[in-house]
Amino acid sequence: MMALSLTKHPMPEQDPKVRAHNFNEVALGYDEETAVAEAERCLNCKVPQCRTGCPVGVNIPGFIAKIKARDYDGAIATIKESNSLPAVCGRVCPQENQCEKHCILGKKGEPVGIGRLERFAADREMAQNKEIVPMEFAKDAQKVAIIGAGPAGLTCAGDLARKGYRVTIFEALHTAGGVLSYGIPEFRLPKDDIVKKEIANLEKLGVKIEVDVVVGQLYTIDELMEEEGFDAVFVGTGAGLPHFMNIPGENLNGVYSANEFLTRCNLMKAYRFPEYATPLRVGNAVAVVGGGNVAMDAARTALRLGAEHVYIVYRRGEDELPARREEAHHAKEEGVDFQLLNNPVEIMSDGKGWVRALKCIRMELGEPDESGRRSPKAVKGSEFELPVDTVVIAIGQGPNPIVASTTPGMETNKRGNIVADEETCATTKPGVFAGGDIVTGAATVILAMGAGKKAAAAIDAYLKEKRGA
Amino acid sequence: MKAKVLKKELLSPKLYRFDVEASRIAKKTQPGQFVILRVNEEGERIPLTVADFDREKGTITLIFQEVGASTELLAQLEPGEEILDFVGPLGQKSEIEPGIGTVVCIGGGVGIAPVYPIARGMKQAGNKVISILGARNKDILIMEEEMRAISDEIFITTDDGSYGVKGFVTTALQQIVDRGEKIDRIYAIGPVVMMKSVVEATRPLGIKTIVSLNPVMVDGTGMCGCCRVEVGGETRFACVDGPEFDGHLVDFDGLRARQAMYREMEAREKDHVCRIGLGRDE
Repeated sequence: MMALSLTKHPMPEQDPKVRAHNFNEVALGYDEETAVAEAERCLNCKVPQCRTGCPVGVNIPGFIAKIKARDYDGAIATIKESNSLPAVCGRVCPQENQCEKHCILGKKGEPVGIGRLERFAADREMAQNKEIVPMEFAKDAQKVAIIGAGPAGLTCAGDLARKGYRVTIFEALHTAGGVLSYGIPEFRLPKDDIVKKEIANLEKLGVKIEVDVVVGQLYTIDELMEEEGFDAVFVGTGAGLPHFMNIPGENLNGVYSANEFLTRCNLMKAYRFPEYATPLRVGNAVAVVGGGNVAMDAARTALRLGAEHVYIVYRRGEDELPARREEAHHAKEEGVDFQLLNNPVEIMSDGKGWVRALKCIRMELGEPDESGRRSPKAVKGSEFELPVDTVVIAIGQGPNPIVASTTPGMETNKRGNIVADEETCATTKPGVFAGGDIVTGAATVILAMGAGKKAAAAIDAYLKEKRGA
Repeated sequence: MKAKVLKKELLSPKLYRFDVEASRIAKKTQPGQFVILRVNEEGERIPLTVADFDREKGTITLIFQEVGASTELLAQLEPGEEILDFVGPLGQKSEIEPGIGTVVCIGGGVGIAPVYPIARGMKQAGNKVISILGARNKDILIMEEEMRAISDEIFITTDDGSYGVKGFVTTALQQIVDRGEKIDRIYAIGPVVMMKSVVEATRPLGIKTIVSLNPVMVDGTGMCGCCRVEVGGETRFACVDGPEFDGHLVDFDGLRARQAMYREMEAREKDHVCRIGLGRDE
């Protein structure tokens, strides 16, 4: 037997200097031989720990064994038993905190590149453009309304359609996909090649998607159930309310929420302005406030839009960055300047209504807080100005209140998140289920998908009981 | 959803009235609310306040001015053609109720359009409606007949005196105040300068003055925060908390500055030669 490599097969990537100026995908994907070689690193453990780290419980050793045997159709079929968007998850899941964190190889070296293998299997299938066989729905099939076409809603819709329910997704924006379309940039998750194809496949299966419908305004949930004939509703509206820092100067021109910055670029395609009419003024020096994946996305987007200097300003240290390690690494490679242990206190005006600088104070790390991260404390008198003309606030999102505020009987907690059962996603309103960021607060694509899956199972059980089956 | 243009009318140079087929939206729209539309795949999302809605015909009426590339694109649509995306209703509805008393409804320029459904609603609710319509000159005054039909009294002002009272909407407002009319509420919709001057005029009088704001927006559902405006020292999102706010609490200077955010970029863009052959007949 060959000696086992301690490191993952490297992911082919665009050169950092080149990719920092284009929106093409950064990671290029394994070819067949690399994928098989990486799959051969899997020890096929008797008690595979990797699966315990997957929020949707993908049969990881199962699909890896199929890749090893070059049975790629078998591999993707195995993944799809539990994950309906593998091309997405293979790209954006934080594997290092999930499946790969539990891989036994990780004890001595690097874990198996599970995410990369998942992507390989998914991309390979997608390239084949397989015919999707539309579901045949019974005449009296029950109807389910899904609010929000993001990861939670899409997953829930797919599972329910495959169980024979007539599903309609209502999406507020003009494009389905939720954060996959408006949030995650093209260079990390290609829209036409991946996101649109996954959504088109759902539609081919028989899921109806109505874009441009703001539930809470055009219809309330009560109206959907009482007048539009829906037997159950799933709310997956996500974390659609940007947090600001509440520091002086936040309403100056040149200050964006990460949601606005990314929506203009990704959804409205401002990076192709003026071919696309939506502008995005990026300036020469950009400070992105925050240390999560959204902050990395905004910083790397700013570089690609032509900013000369892009800072990440984060109040804790390197080890505390909530972003996927790979994202922070890619950002650094591309030239993003990490200003760690700095906290913004004011956005300074140029006197004409525009940003001139971001005033920060230096921080030092104290004792670990409830979240286990060492909490930062300001160093007195250490204020300084970072000269920038654009500031992007990427410190998180809260729940958008439009649906909850128009749905009597559906409880929310004090943060405004919808209260839902962890296992069934049932809300306090009968027939209404909720999952994803609207319940948990801003989290990951895969957790939202996991919730969509659980909800689909619970909705199936609820509707079976309702029809007396 | 897509929405077909049913009727198109040029009210004055660069000022259009569109009747759009959107029955589901018309059924739900209330005075004070707005829609967001996107003309085509490359277009911006444009917020436009609803000028009228007809629940029976299933139509929404829009009145808009050609001010940039996106409204020019919209103006090029002909009856029978479709707007690619038409979303609504959005925002909070106006607080219209019986028993308010005397309501002065002020519209300036294209701002007369969104005032109309509010004034009509106020009248239908049994309030006394005094309207003030302001325009730069007689030729660009819109909706006079419609407003006259639902107002107990109407004032017209033009900057150049070509029609009605010479002066601004505040000139007419002063006349109403001076004759001792007890005013219970004022609605003022129009350019920021106009709303600000109305608000400054009514502040010492202590008359509740509602304004409708039109900052730059993207999604219109509270997701991006682009439309944030300071009201009473707090940051509010015009798309979901508004578009109407208590004018006495609004930071108009901040609003004006933010509205100018993309002016330079868009002006530069105006010099370009269109690759798909769209003319600019100015």
